[in-house]
Order: sequence, then C-alpha cells, then structure tokens
Amino acid sequence: MNSNSNNQSGFNITFYLLIVPVLIWLIFMIVIPHVEMFISSFLVEDDMGDMVFSFANYIEFFSQKIYWLTFVKTAAYSVGVTILAFIIAFPIAFYLTKVTSKKNAGFLMVLLLIPLWVGELVTVYGWMVLLGDHGVINHALITIGIINEPLNMLYTNFSMVVGLLYMSMLFMVIPVMSTLQSMDDSLIEAACDLGASKWDIYTKIIIPYSMPGITSGAIIVFMLVIGDYLAPNLLGGKNSLWFTEQIYNSFLQTFNWNEGAAFGFLLLMISSAIIWLALKLSGQKLEKVGS
Amino acid sequence: MGKILEVKNLSKHFDDFTAVKKVDFSVEEGGFFSILGSSGCGKTTLLRIIAGFQQESEGEVIIHGQSMKGIPPEKRPVNIVFQNLALFPMMNVGQNIAFGLKRKKLKAAEINFKVNEMLERVGLNGYENKKVTELSGGQKQRVAIARSLVMNPSILLLDEPLGALDRKLREHMKVELKLLQKEIGTTFVYITHDQSEALVMSDQVAVMHDGQFEQIDTPRNLYKNPKTAFVAGFVGDTNRFEIESKEGDSIITQGGWKLKLPNHSEAADELYIRPEALILNPDNNLNDVVQFEVTITTILFDGSNTKLSTMVSGSNEELLISLPQNAQFDSIEEGHKLNVGVHSDDVKCF
Repeated sequence: MNSNSNNQSGFNITFYLLIVPVLIWLIFMIVIPHVEMFISSFLVEDDMGDMVFSFANYIEFFSQKIYWLTFVKTAAYSVGVTILAFIIAFPIAFYLTKVTSKKNAGFLMVLLLIPLWVGELVTVYGWMVLLGDHGVINHALITIGIINEPLNMLYTNFSMVVGLLYMSMLFMVIPVMSTLQSMDDSLIEAACDLGASKWDIYTKIIIPYSMPGITSGAIIVFMLVIGDYLAPNLLGGKNSLWFTEQIYNSFLQTFNWNEGAAFGFLLLMISSAIIWLALKLSGQKLEKVGS
Repeated sequence: MGKILEVKNLSKHFDDFTAVKKVDFSVEEGGFFSILGSSGCGKTTLLRIIAGFQQESEGEVIIHGQSMKGIPPEKRPVNIVFQNLALFPMMNVGQNIAFGLKRKKLKAAEINFKVNEMLERVGLNGYENKKVTELSGGQKQRVAIARSLVMNPSILLLDEPLGALDRKLREHMKVELKLLQKEIGTTFVYITHDQSEALVMSDQVAVMHDGQFEQIDTPRNLYKNPKTAFVAGFVGDTNRFEIESKEGDSIITQGGWKLKLPNHSEAADELYIRPEALILNPDNNLNDVVQFEVTITTILFDGSNTKLSTMVSGSNEELLISLPQNAQFDSIEEGHKLNVGVHSDDVKCF
C-alpha cells in the first residue's frame, strides 16, 4: 500500500515536470497573445482617447478595396506557390529516394540544405543580385546577345514567387522523401506487372501513396509563404502587395495596433480555412499527416 | 498439352558473380512447376527474368512458342505474386483486384463482374470494400493471388508467397493453393525454399543450387531417387555419412561404421540413408537388406514424426530412425539395443 502510493506520487512529479514547460509555453506564448490580439482587434480609440468595443477595424478592412484585394491575392499566390513547390519538389524527392544511390542522395541533400544555413535574408539578397536590371542574369543575356534591353525581373510578382519558392521548397522535399522512403519498390513492379503505364504508376500508385507526405509538406509550405514578409517585401517591391506588409504597416507605420491585430486575425482565419478545405478535398486527416 | 514456357540455356551475370548458370527447362500447360532452393541460389533472379523485370545475359525465355526478348513486363502474358504481396495500401480490396483490368480499359460493368467472380473464387465474397490493412495474412495472400489471376495470365509466377504466414496457416494455404490451381487450370511457376511446399503442391520440382538446376523431377522421384548429393541432402530428412575407405564390397564411414554394400559406385564419397528407409527388427531372410545393430540414445517424440536417435554399434556414427507410432514399438526405451536393416537400394552413394 505504502510503496504503491510512493509510486503514484513519483509518477505525478515526473508527469508535472514534463507537462509544466509545455503548459507554460502554450499559455504564455500562444493562448494569451492570441486572446490579447483577439480582444484588441475589437477595440478602437474614441474621441475622448478611451478604448471602446467596435467592429470598426474589420469594417475598415472590408470597406477599403486595397486591403481585401491584397488579402485575396496573398491567399491565391500562396496556394499557387504551394502547388509549384510540389511540382518542383516531387521529382527531386523521387530522384533522391528511388533513383540515385544512397551516397549521392546524402551529398545532394546537403546541397539542398545549404540555403537554409545562410538564412532567408541572405538568400533573398542573393536573388536580388541575380535578378536585378544590372544583375547576373541580365548581364549574361546581354553579353551573349539574346536581348538588348535588360529584362524587368526584380520587383515583380515573378521575382517574388521565385524567392518564396526558393525559401519554402525544401519543406516539401523532406516530408515527401520520408513517405517515399517507406514505399516498397515492389508496389511499382506490381503495378507495372498489371499493365500500368508510367503515367498510371505515378498518378495511381506513387502520388496516392505519398499523399500524407505531400499534404504535410503543403501545409508547411503554405504557412511559411502566406506569413512570409522578407521575400514579398524585398523581391516583390511596391508592385507585389502582400498581406503581411499591411499588418506591418498598421503596427509600425500608422501605429494602429488594433487594426493590425484585426488584420493578423484575418490572416490566421484564411490560412486555417484554406488548410481545412485542402484536407477535406484531398481526403487526408490531420492526425495521419502529422505522424 | 503443349509446352507453355520454355527456358533455354539461360544465364544471368552480375558484376562479380553469376546468379543463374545455363538453366534449361520447360513447363507443360496447366502444370504446377516449383523451383526449390535455399536463399541466394538465384531462384528469385530466374523468376524476375521470366517476368521481365531483369534482362537475361544469355539464353532465351519462350512463352507460347514466342520469344520474350525485349518485351517489357507489362506486355508479357505472365503475372507475378510478390513475396511481400505488394498490395496497394491506399486502395480497398476491390480496387486492388480491379487495378489491372482498369489498365486494360475494360467497361466498368465487366470489371465489376470479373472482380466479384474472382473474389468468390478465392473465398472472399463481400470483402470488396474492405481496406487491405484490415485483412489477415491469409486474406491478403488471397487478394494478391486474385489480383494476378483476374488478369487471366498464361503463367502465374509466385515468389515465395507463403513465406510471411505462420506455420499453421501456411499448411492450410498450401492445400488451398494446390486446389485453386487444379480448379482454374492456369500454369503456376512457384519458387520456394520450403521443400514441403514444393513437394505437396507441384507436378514437377526443380532443385536449384548455386545458380544451376541440380535435378528436375516429380516430387516422388526427387525424394526416392535423388540424382545428386545436394538433392539427397536438401529434399527431406536424411542421414549423411562421409566415406572413409572401401574394402571389396564393404564401405567404411569416417565414424568407423562398416557396411556391406554390393555394387556401390567406386567414386562415391558420401552416403545417404533416409530415417524412414530403416526397418526395425527386420526378418533375417530378407534379400538385399543390410543389417546391423544400434543403441538408442534418445527418443525424439513428435507425434507421427517421432524419431529415434541411435548410435551404430561398434562405431561412432549417429543414425536417425523413424519410429512408426503403432503399438508394436511402444516398449522401446532409451539404452535398448535394436536390430536395424536397410534395403541396399535405399542407401544412396554419391
């Protein structure tokens, strides 16, 4: 009886020791800031300088065309970049897991990781050097004589998408690789034996099999892209309005924190809604994708 | 019935070794042909060459009188059941079986009909919408076989399909597979390392060793009249002795056992006697029976498979003897001496 209760309390202490950091993190870093942001998004300053409850921040968003146009564009471009990331990352993941030797795959993986080591800011500046009017690519093309005038690549939607893809693509490669690694090659042979063409093998066997990896990769890429600030701001320039810039402006240009909070909340809502919709459409479950 | 599959002088070289060496055989239409060999003997390579997943280095595979040279796996009239079954986990049972038919672009109604017919044949009616992961080992087995059979192949290749099952289920599936093959009449080429699977199911068995066929024969002949030492040692239980020297019509083993064996081959250096070839308390007047005395060291009771472990008197040789489970020998105990005989034809020398 005695030893039993000792055991019980021993278990409790370990349990609390493990759970407390998690709870502290969740409450102070996630729950409180979001509740605070949620509350402050419904507050505006009245004529007396007091904070009062109001929908004005949200009404402002819907009444100003520029805000919700930026909002829709950000969401649409994020979906597009996610799809492009899949189109680029899937062959890479397939090559690394199923085609090349293990030794080669390790080396190529390191090459893929290098851009992550230097940080997003540096890679974004790298792209600016490459894509600028007097940048490496334009200079090379003019020297060869393919073009006479420099191509306008930097500060366009194109350069922004390139930057976003470059920064997020790896997060698609890795989860897809891990599901492909678990796939038995005999599945491909069995499909081949049953008369499947190459196209059938990709669309009916390999991609459906790696769907959990693709979905988790897509969620990560989408979240990174929709919430990114550097690439749209530096590579997209003034033409490429990104919703994070609107949030930034509310907080730090106009110092309207309540409006910024409302915008932040709207971004959280749309990204959650798009992920929910994508999971529903692809028939994937979040629990399965996470594992 | 003609020959459906002919393999002619087939070899497969890899960088530093030869997996298949000059293999030559043919299979009758509707037959059950097994290739028996331990792992690494080249049997899987041979099967993959027939299926078209690997290219032969020399020789030829002929199906229905037609050379398969350069024909890709999806165009060959063969289907394969993989060792690990390779069922598609993201599809249900019906979709798995329908996969090949859909690739043939058959009409939905026809596919449906064939899938149901096949499910019935393998005893899985009503399982169409089950997930593959919900099935037991034996059921998965049947789905894999159904998925290949529904394609109506000329030859069904099976790569140790029972390997992953537990013993009891394997015994059961063995019989089931044999009956299924008889019923549908498709030619089966079956590879296995389990001699009992090969012997029970096959019309013809090829014993493969080190990339070569040692012997192609009916199961009964393989067991009764092995042509090489490897076959004698590999198929069935046996007692093996190394021959030390010969004196006239007698043979002396390394353990010092002297056997009177007329007309033995001069070149032989190994001797094989099956446990069940030994006769307990033989009649003294029997012709051609070599007789000797043994001392029982242990009784290895295993139901109908019970054996006596004995020492041959006057020597150092151990000898396993099958003990029939009839009341006649109930009184036998450890330490007893026993007269034993063996028909000289049942002593195989190589």
